[in-house]
Amino acid sequence: MSDTLIDIRGLEKSFGLLKAVNGISFAVRRGEVLGFLGPNGAGKSTTMKMITGYLSPSAGTAFVAGFDIGRDRLAAQRAIGYLPEGAPSYGDMTPRGYLRFIAEVRGLKADAALWAIDRAVERADLAAVLDQPIETLSKGFKRRVGLAQAILHDPPILILDEPTDGLDPNQKHAVRQLIVSMAASKSIIISTHILEEVEAVCSRALIIDRGRVVADGTPEQLMARSPHHNAVTVVVGAATRSPLAEALQALPEVDRVEVEDAGETRVRLTAVPAGERAPIDAVSDLIKRDGFPVQGLYVESGRLDEVFRTLTSLDTGGHTDQSKAAAS
Amino acid sequence: MREMTAILKRELAGYFATPQSYVFIVIFLFATGVFTFNLGGFFESGQADLRPFFNWHPWLYLFLVPAISMRLWAEERKTGTLEVLMSLPIPVWSMVLGKFLGAWIFAGVALALTFPIWITVNYLGDPDNGVIFASYVGSLLMAGAYLAIGSCLSAVTSNQVIAFVVSVTVCFLFLAAGLPLVLDFFSGYAPSGFVQAIAGLSFLAHFTSIMDGVIRLRDILFFATLIFVWLSATAVLIDYRRQG
Repeated sequence: MSDTLIDIRGLEKSFGLLKAVNGISFAVRRGEVLGFLGPNGAGKSTTMKMITGYLSPSAGTAFVAGFDIGRDRLAAQRAIGYLPEGAPSYGDMTPRGYLRFIAEVRGLKADAALWAIDRAVERADLAAVLDQPIETLSKGFKRRVGLAQAILHDPPILILDEPTDGLDPNQKHAVRQLIVSMAASKSIIISTHILEEVEAVCSRALIIDRGRVVADGTPEQLMARSPHHNAVTVVVGAATRSPLAEALQALPEVDRVEVEDAGETRVRLTAVPAGERAPIDAVSDLIKRDGFPVQGLYVESGRLDEVFRTLTSLDTGGHTDQSKAAAS
Repeated sequence: MREMTAILKRELAGYFATPQSYVFIVIFLFATGVFTFNLGGFFESGQADLRPFFNWHPWLYLFLVPAISMRLWAEERKTGTLEVLMSLPIPVWSMVLGKFLGAWIFAGVALALTFPIWITVNYLGDPDNGVIFASYVGSLLMAGAYLAIGSCLSAVTSNQVIAFVVSVTVCFLFLAAGLPLVLDFFSGYAPSGFVQAIAGLSFLAHFTSIMDGVIRLRDILFFATLIFVWLSATAVLIDYRRQG
């Protein structure tokens, strides 16, 4: 099998007059964890629903593990594990019963099914609640039941719609580690609102806005598009604020200086570079030469939220509600 | 096939895990009792047969069967589990059949639990058990037809109340298709062949014919066709959901 497990070409989806997805193309290789970033209603979930065969595209195709999802839906779906938005599951079943049902549908036979269930339960950390009705579980456990369902048959492709939504920080960390540990042998797509999650687990990120891909690259590449990429930040006491700000501004390598309070007596001065390179040498020379009392000094790699805000439109409120209504 | 069995088992487990199923069975048994003995005049008729019992089935099913079928798809749409099902490698037909058969078996269990009345009538007299058997088969087939209609209409909405009300209405039209109430609506202008065709759709007529003790191919085919048509429509509707 080729190493490209997901190949999306010109995918479009319209709900009536609304174009929720408007020509999205990308490919995901084995070993990649692709992050979908974008405002609510940007088309992330709709794209995932099309890749998993829940919705059929209005135009374009999705090849999953080499199968055209439109023509060979069942074959493609066998290769996918999918956690839908909100992690729906049958409330009257227990996690054990639910996973048994999924195993049976997936065609896992007696021993293989038991083994697969054990592995999924261990990975999703569900052992404590295995025999309680799902409707009585906390939001975090419900999400992990959905996750266990998705990874049960150890599929080569995982599509996870907001896998860490509703989890506490420890659980988030555990789920991220789980994703990273499975990444080598799979193609994984996750959608998230949490920008730090992209840095933590994704080898590549797509920023999607109004049904289009507006940026595609590694988290580092995306952060390099931030105006603060390679900026040098100096933390000093309040008294040093004005003289240092003026001195920094005078450096030819520095475009402008941003001043931000950091607590009651401390100030953060950020020197945004005039060129590509970080002006770290010039700034540290300046500090040494003039003997400024500095408490901290570092180079910024860029701010993903800034890139996100620049690339995506602010107001997609109405957009969201319509696509949700049409998809429900 | 494997997928269908999995869904069927899940549905059945669901029925017997929830209190509403037991409520349903108790009410069904209670209602058949009341109708048979109080309204049907089981003792007054002085005959050893179960006509007073079966006569009410079309009317009881009219309300009780949509109560089973209303949740079939509407609930899955509401809770989002339909998305899980439809992104699993399951052919649409397996989903539709698995869910239908689960509901039908449940209805069959409720029907089978009326056996004390069969024992009673055999204790009191010497009924024609062939007729009673035929009537049970006919009743089960009719329940299947009601369920197939209900399944289809449950697939149209995510609101169980709407599914229930619309199902009762459509089931009533089929039930009463042979009665003047429905036929008068058409007879004024439609050709008589059409009116007869409408009358031929009547559940009541076909069920009564089975209750007479003869299981005719015609009546079996009628209910079987109806089940097939409504389940096909369900499959089309469910598959159409992929269009959004």
